[in-house]
Amino acid sequence: MATTYTKKQVADLIDGDLDWETVRKMLFMPKDPLRFEMYIDVLQDRAKWDDKIVLPLAPHLYIVEDKNGDIVNKCDCGYVFGPYTENWKLNAVIFVRDTDEKFNEVYPNLMAPNQEWQVYREYYCPECACQHDVEAPTPWYPVIHDFEPDIAAFYKWVGLKVPKKIAA
Amino acid sequence: MNKPESISGGSTKRKSILHNGKSLSQNRRDMYSTSKKTGHYDGLKELKLKKSDPITFEKIFSKLRAGVVNARETAKKIAASPIVEQEGELCFTLYNTAGDCVCTSTGIIIHVGTMGMAIKYMIENEWEEDPTINPGDMFTNNDCQIGNVHPCDIATIVPIFHEGKLVAWVGGVTHVIDTGAVGPGSMSNGQVQRFGDGVQITCRKTGINDKPMRDWQHEVQRNVRTPKYWILDERTRIAGDHMIRDIVEEVIADVGVETFLQFTSEIIEDGRRGLVKRINDILIPGKYNTVAFVDVPYMHEDVHVPSPFAKVDTIMHAPCTITVKPEATWRLDFEGCSRWGWHTYNANPTAFTSGIWVMMTQTVVPTERINDGSLYASEFRLPKGTWTNPNDRRTAHADAWHFLVSSWSSLWRAVSRGYFSRGYLEEVNAGNSNPCNWMQGGGFNQEEEIHAVNSFETAACGTGACAMKDGLNHAAAIWNPEGDMGDCEIWELAEPLLYMGRAIKSNTGGYGKYRGGMGFETLRMVHNSADWCMFFMGNGYMNSDWGLHGGYPSATGYRFEAHNTGLHKRIAEGKSLPMGHDWNPDYPDYENHLEPGAIVKRDNQCITTEEIFENGDLYLNYLRGGPGFGDPLDRTIENIQKDLNDVVLLEEYAFKIYGAIFTKDDEGYYTVDVDKTRARQAEIRKERLARAKPVKEWMKGERQNILDKKASKQVQQMYASSFELSQPFLDKFRAFWSLPADWLVTEKELGVPCFGSKHAMDLSQMPDVKTVVLVEE
Repeated sequence: MATTYTKKQVADLIDGDLDWETVRKMLFMPKDPLRFEMYIDVLQDRAKWDDKIVLPLAPHLYIVEDKNGDIVNKCDCGYVFGPYTENWKLNAVIFVRDTDEKFNEVYPNLMAPNQEWQVYREYYCPECACQHDVEAPTPWYPVIHDFEPDIAAFYKWVGLKVPKKIAA
Repeated sequence: MNKPESISGGSTKRKSILHNGKSLSQNRRDMYSTSKKTGHYDGLKELKLKKSDPITFEKIFSKLRAGVVNARETAKKIAASPIVEQEGELCFTLYNTAGDCVCTSTGIIIHVGTMGMAIKYMIENEWEEDPTINPGDMFTNNDCQIGNVHPCDIATIVPIFHEGKLVAWVGGVTHVIDTGAVGPGSMSNGQVQRFGDGVQITCRKTGINDKPMRDWQHEVQRNVRTPKYWILDERTRIAGDHMIRDIVEEVIADVGVETFLQFTSEIIEDGRRGLVKRINDILIPGKYNTVAFVDVPYMHEDVHVPSPFAKVDTIMHAPCTITVKPEATWRLDFEGCSRWGWHTYNANPTAFTSGIWVMMTQTVVPTERINDGSLYASEFRLPKGTWTNPNDRRTAHADAWHFLVSSWSSLWRAVSRGYFSRGYLEEVNAGNSNPCNWMQGGGFNQEEEIHAVNSFETAACGTGACAMKDGLNHAAAIWNPEGDMGDCEIWELAEPLLYMGRAIKSNTGGYGKYRGGMGFETLRMVHNSADWCMFFMGNGYMNSDWGLHGGYPSATGYRFEAHNTGLHKRIAEGKSLPMGHDWNPDYPDYENHLEPGAIVKRDNQCITTEEIFENGDLYLNYLRGGPGFGDPLDRTIENIQKDLNDVVLLEEYAFKIYGAIFTKDDEGYYTVDVDKTRARQAEIRKERLARAKPVKEWMKGERQNILDKKASKQVQQMYASSFELSQPFLDKFRAFWSLPADWLVTEKELGVPCFGSKHAMDLSQMPDVKTVVLVEE
């Protein structure tokens, strides 16, 4: 019999409140095939907008299907970062830590990188200022498109109907 | 049983030592090509034994797996080296006749691949003809050119025979303290070529009739600084191998040799299927693009190297695209990596791919069933000439881990994106710490013997944050899932270094909704040594890990060393001493407890070469933390308060990062004010937007920096090296930044030494050598 958990347990996991015994079970038992659907259910209940969550990308960032059927990257606050096939970071705002002073806001100077070698690039939502990602590359590095999910293949894996504009 | 036949190709050849009558190489090639052709290991579309007699199948596996684990646990007690005995830096693995892993013990399981490659090398180079393979033989290998990670991992490999026919191989590996490299310690860095990297043994027959040969022992003991440890480490390996051989003989007596041989193929196909199922169960198909870097700061005055062309600051560059395919296999492509270099941090394809399995067994496939089947469900592309696959046989590898651990952290981060999206938050790990500093040195120890040390306190660095909890403090290292920092008392027996303190290192874990695990720090004072040298090895100017989903990277390293301290005088006079924490290195305190005239070095130069340390001198061994997960402003007030009260977060950074407004009572207990903190966090969000700019606007400025070639020499050298090796990387770079079609930066224009970049010769060009290649190059 496949492992299963309740929607409440999945919600507690998202909130970091799940008891350790259950977390341990989640770690060592075979994965529960219904997790994705429950996860989406919990997140959809909490969303402040009506768009359908297709795939969560980060704690406050999702790929959603909007009312026109378009598949876009969207923040918790409602800001849209553009089509899901594009790198959402290109439509974010950025703060680059590239001086001792800016690094010292994060670490003591001796425990922070040297800007001659590396910088921190913090990507915020232009509306709610959520810090969705921090890159730590050398200067000049192209903005990294971290994840390009094959949603059509994935939805087939989990037995869900592929959103129309992806299936097309 | 098949009748032995002559191996084709010459009447002078010995009769086959296999049941099927083939030569070892023909047997392996047939298995490999059939596997590639059919997509199933050895063409096994059906697991007949597992299907028809699952109880026997599982009984064999359980007995063998228990046997290899038991051998490791028992054999390590023979070792005197704390690296083996305390830290568990050893591993035993059982292979089939083709050199593919059947099952492995716990421990440094990277050697599943490295010992397998050594066996394959013996197979392909017809060791059965010369020097011959017989019952009771033992072979020793640590050659980095045929797959070993670094010379200090010594493998003893024993063929297992049944009624005169080879039925399996067993390999045992230990990480020895010293290999007689130019610098003392097992992962030294003064040398820049193989010829200074320590003794290297190429699958040499070192034992017959179950005994190590005398000439071998006499020779090798005088080639290393620590012969006592060497001898006992070898006995550890031999004992473990022979215990496992006994188990195999018992299994064959129980089920028969035909069933055993069938099992040793089926279990690998079972492993291949296991990985495919797990990818399907836990990941999301698509492309995961990631990258890692780490610093090689060799221009500093405290880095002494023998060759002028090695005196250059460089950066390791490891981009990777992981493609998870709809059929649930995957491909890892490292196009764009930087070139190998004149330092000891080069890797080779087997070390690289095997090491990835060490990481994957802690995340994608956390099962005792791991074996070479996983490799058959994976494709690796490691471009020739890069640091992952050098095209020159002169390369040094003693601290290959400096690059390996750095590049793998990005892979952990990448697969965690898949786990997060799928809802398996319990599996998310923001990445691994860079497990360093490697405290090493040597000279005459407290027992007046020539000695070398390599502290494995690194085995207990902070772990990365999860998506539902903080990382673990001082808990693990990526290369050994069962890491342990070891007992101070044992280290003090092994090293002429007294502990002046051992404490959790504040602010080392990356901040986030969930923070990375903290590293720790130990302050050591040289004591009772006649002559002693030490050096530092780790990342300092760069992080090699990043945070995930808005979390920060962990802190970088720094070094503290002090000479002419006057500590013996202060001890005699009962004065204060530097002890315990080095709280905030920007406000140093150790210096307040040293005599005037002390010479102190505090900086980010975390790679140095041998420096003389007198008795009473100090060395801070700072072990790194792990990266964080999620926006720090999402961290709960309770957790911020706990960090303050656990003294893992400096007050200044509780305010700067988390916006925490707090009070501290007379007992030293912190209380974070919820309302004031929330108000401050709202201000931080406004400050973020005020100082940030749209990415596309920022890109215009960065593009101009590129056109103006405005970056440090080491940064430009890294790009120049990758551009020279990878047209696809150059094309992508130009396209992203909309650069002119002829834009380029070259090492020549930078004026940096690039000796060895034009002419190279690898092992395949050596006479009478057949190399084994298992990756795309």
